[in-house]
Amino acid sequence: MSSEAPPAGAPEPDHLRRFVSIWLVATIIALPLVIFVLGPNLPPGHGSDVASGQVTDNTVLTAMATPVLLLVVIYMIYATINFRQAKGGMLEGQAVRGDARLQTSWIIITGALVLSLAVYGTIRLEQGYGAGSGSGPKPLTVPSGKKLPVQVIAQQWAFTYRYPTYGGVETTHLELPVNEDIELHVTSLDVIHSFWAYQLGVKADANPGVDNVTFVKPTRIQTFEVHCAELCGLWHGAMYDHGKVVSDADFETWIHEEQRNFAATTKVLPPYALTYAPEPTERGH
Amino acid sequence: MAQPPSSEARPLWRRLIGFNLLTAVILGVGGYYLGWFIGHQINGKSFEYQEKIDENDVALLLAYVFGVIGFLIGLGFANYPISRLLGKPASLREKEDHGIARYFGLCTDHKVVGIQYLCGIGLFFFIGGLNAMLIRTELLHDTPTFVGPGQYLTIVGMHGTMMMGIFTSAALGPFANYFVPIMIGARRMAFPRIESLTFWMLIAAGFILSSTIFFGGFPTGWTGYEPLNDQAVMGMDSYIVFFALVGISMCLLGINMMATIITMRAPGLTWSRLPIFIWAVFATAVLMVLAAPMLVATLSMSALDRTINTSFFIPGGGGSSYLYENLFWFFGHPEVYILALPGFGIVLELLPVFTRKPLWGYRLAISGMLGVSLLSFFVWQHHLFVSGINADLRPFYMLSTEIISLPTGFIFLCVMGTLWKGRASFTVPMLFCMAWTFNFLIGGLSGVFLSDTPSDTTTHGSFFVMAHFHYTIMGGLVFSFFAAIYYWVPKMLGLTFNEMLGKAHFWLMFIAFNSTFMPLFALGMAGMPRRVSSYAPELKGLNVWVSISAFVLGFSMLIFLYNVVYSLIFVRKRAEANPWRSKSMEWQVPTPVPIENFPPGPIPSFDFDPYDYGVPPSPGGGAQPAPAGA
Amino acid sequence: MSVMARKLAGVTGAVVIVGVLIGLYINNWAVSTPQAISATPVADATTPTSDLTLQTDAAVGPQESPNHPDWVSYLVKQNGRWIRSTIFTVPANSLVHVTVYQFDGDSGLRNPFLSAVQGTVGGTETVDGKALNHINPEEASHTFVVPQLGVFVPLPGVPEEAKNQCEVGPCDPGTMAHRTVEFTFHTGAKGRFRWQCFVPCAAGTYFNFGGPMQSLGYMDGYIDVV
Repeated sequence: MSSEAPPAGAPEPDHLRRFVSIWLVATIIALPLVIFVLGPNLPPGHGSDVASGQVTDNTVLTAMATPVLLLVVIYMIYATINFRQAKGGMLEGQAVRGDARLQTSWIIITGALVLSLAVYGTIRLEQGYGAGSGSGPKPLTVPSGKKLPVQVIAQQWAFTYRYPTYGGVETTHLELPVNEDIELHVTSLDVIHSFWAYQLGVKADANPGVDNVTFVKPTRIQTFEVHCAELCGLWHGAMYDHGKVVSDADFETWIHEEQRNFAATTKVLPPYALTYAPEPTERGH
Repeated sequence: MAQPPSSEARPLWRRLIGFNLLTAVILGVGGYYLGWFIGHQINGKSFEYQEKIDENDVALLLAYVFGVIGFLIGLGFANYPISRLLGKPASLREKEDHGIARYFGLCTDHKVVGIQYLCGIGLFFFIGGLNAMLIRTELLHDTPTFVGPGQYLTIVGMHGTMMMGIFTSAALGPFANYFVPIMIGARRMAFPRIESLTFWMLIAAGFILSSTIFFGGFPTGWTGYEPLNDQAVMGMDSYIVFFALVGISMCLLGINMMATIITMRAPGLTWSRLPIFIWAVFATAVLMVLAAPMLVATLSMSALDRTINTSFFIPGGGGSSYLYENLFWFFGHPEVYILALPGFGIVLELLPVFTRKPLWGYRLAISGMLGVSLLSFFVWQHHLFVSGINADLRPFYMLSTEIISLPTGFIFLCVMGTLWKGRASFTVPMLFCMAWTFNFLIGGLSGVFLSDTPSDTTTHGSFFVMAHFHYTIMGGLVFSFFAAIYYWVPKMLGLTFNEMLGKAHFWLMFIAFNSTFMPLFALGMAGMPRRVSSYAPELKGLNVWVSISAFVLGFSMLIFLYNVVYSLIFVRKRAEANPWRSKSMEWQVPTPVPIENFPPGPIPSFDFDPYDYGVPPSPGGGAQPAPAGA
Repeated sequence: MSVMARKLAGVTGAVVIVGVLIGLYINNWAVSTPQAISATPVADATTPTSDLTLQTDAAVGPQESPNHPDWVSYLVKQNGRWIRSTIFTVPANSLVHVTVYQFDGDSGLRNPFLSAVQGTVGGTETVDGKALNHINPEEASHTFVVPQLGVFVPLPGVPEEAKNQCEVGPCDPGTMAHRTVEFTFHTGAKGRFRWQCFVPCAAGTYFNFGGPMQSLGYMDGYIDVV
């Protein structure tokens, strides 16, 4: 881009070089801060393997977004300061209509950026066995080895949980053993809900008649929040609860206590199934 | 313009008889009660449930439909088809020269329709904004305190539905209707009566949606998800009829725009000389025509489920909740691009005027818009990443959603290129354009997070999504909408806005907007779901901050309203014909714009460059002032 | 009147009308909830206790619900009268003793797990004098559940063949067929806790969970611990 000498005689600065240097300096300062200081502290935290995976993904995304953000914001500020009309002035700007090289480089660079993000996202999604998201009844990738199946039953307006390998006992609170692979089966009895265990980095929609599977391995003993993340009627917001990740021994104690307490109730429950269709299934009478 | 004979001599009550708004309201109310009555006569085994729930959805749906038909007949929309059926000759014009009454009825002058749209959209924006203030008042507390829980969901739903339904026509309605014919050298739109019809359907729709409070409200939010939709009380029918009307209105508006732009361009106006705003309107119109019918179809299925016990979406009867989600979002995603594209067009149209430079990257901008248009149909399942859709599909939709940010990026390059070495004067419209760029950048970048499925696992259905779409839709469309108002109202109404009030409005709005919505990213990432009135107590501080900022944002709108009343009603300072020194055709015609847009006789040739600003870069030469009278 | 005065009058009038409409919208619709009813304190109780007396009706009747006389609903007794409200104020850190007169027939539970009594003093409820810790899920007519306090109380229904059933509320426990359920639960810190029925009893809606099941003042309410 050629520069334009103003009437006063002072040389016009090389705007391109100036702007690019400002942007480079800002990026060089910001990127390490984003990757090393902000990154590890990004949500949803390190409560499980999928949550830690999401922290990494969020760090990568933020790191890729930072130069783009800085580019446009710094440019807008730079342009506001340097390419303005003096008060009451009537000068015209420079009649440039495009730059084939710049446009082509922009297309190539941004194209490479988005494609690489798509590839990265796909790899992380399948490597992470769904990365905590509900993957439907037939997930593409499944972790090998022993998994503890836990069913999350969503109904208007509470979550209940069933443990098929412990006699199909149903509980009102979710407790999970630490450092074990959990296979969550999320289903609904009525409308669409969504099981969101925030600190575990798990979110899976609960659809009636559908078994939505997701995998998680909690890595930290803590209490986690459970929210409903899909509007399901009057008490959607009140449908939140707390779950706990506990040690193996504590988990066994707890689940056996629940089995004892609810022995009579477990007998009247329908047999464990991946989906349920309790009456009324349509408009009731 | 001939004076209608002895119009002053006839008494007021005589003048009120005829096809006008009063007749429309009377026939509308009559149609409402007729439909209600017919609905109550319909009986049968299928409808036994109505007694138990003390509600009759059939009656309400019929009442609304008959009411709207009565309303439209009262305005006079049936007259022309009936007169043609009876063999009377074709006529183009209706009520184009009857003074202020033109604005309150069927008028085929596209300029009148544009101003009608501006007022109608303003009214419903105000109602939607009021509901937003109520939402933020409730969210000052972490347990339900202020409004009842059912009312809260209805308020949330009304806010979202009103904004999404009305603002789809926010740019095309007022500004495209007003300026497309002038910018392309036509004397009218291709279908003037349909143009007026789209406006009045929107008005009817807005009132129908507001009437939901008399029928128990609706609990589903603007997306109307099944099966909750089927379970809801009668107020849900208001939502269904609202969106059905909006969908039809959008489809007709789109057809009108496309037909006008394709067939009615003046000689010499080739596609490569079209102003970029027209290209954006065209890209939007394509989306409207293709996506809106999907919404009408989906909601018809909902209505059938709610009334005659079909089971499209009820698994117990063989249906699927996924069916609704997919059908809705197949419309819903192009819908949000319908909201975004006009913003692109407005900003790219205004920037050259205020930087005194030609638009940079004209062809790149067009490919950006058309690319967004095309790709918008291939991304919808990113709304369903965690819902349990077939896991094979997710990588594809991740790819398509990432790719759609590519043409969006072109627009940003064109914005930056147009600013480069320009002479920017920061008038109020220009300020809104600059703010648009920042806001849409944040909105777009947050979209990248949402398009990545692992990251979406935490952010889906949370306040992060809310922040994302408020930045793109409000930060994008609403800011460009205000840019267009401040830019074009001097031509539309021939009056200038007060600049100080305009700047106060802008700065307060921009700062309050960012203060309101930036923290929502954090709230979402911290685990706050959408559409809740109870949240974790530790998030209370941030919510209070957001609510107070939202009240300031609302106040900035009051400043704008004050500016409107002050400048347009009291001060009424005349605007020059071309206050922005624009080279675009709409500024070359006089203010007020004559009824036929151009002088009688052949249209002037349109083989000029609409972006003929700036001086060519000269090696070693000085800056030159613009030629006088440019 | 001069042009300026006319414009001023017009704008002022418009602002006043809009203000009144907004006020009506907020006051008469947005914030309108049932009145809060306080539980009656029990005199001379060792632990602070208060009493709450409720009834459930299959059709609440035009007296308490002119718009929805056929909706199922809870009613609460205040000063000898039955009122339709579901917002109950109870003191903190005390016991609440609830008596429910169950006039409705059974609808069954969609999730039989909720037939277990949880969170009450002793983990039981007294049905017609007998202490139970769960009921037959087929017999459930309504539940009184406060999820945030962990209170789950299933209420068995009046059998189909019972004589003198209550058709339309308010129902009279002295003369009409009913079942009496009593339970007591603890309140802790202050707060607003929602309660709901979990039995699909809203006939005619999908999954029987629409209409009154989703309306404050019928089958949903608040326990305000103050």
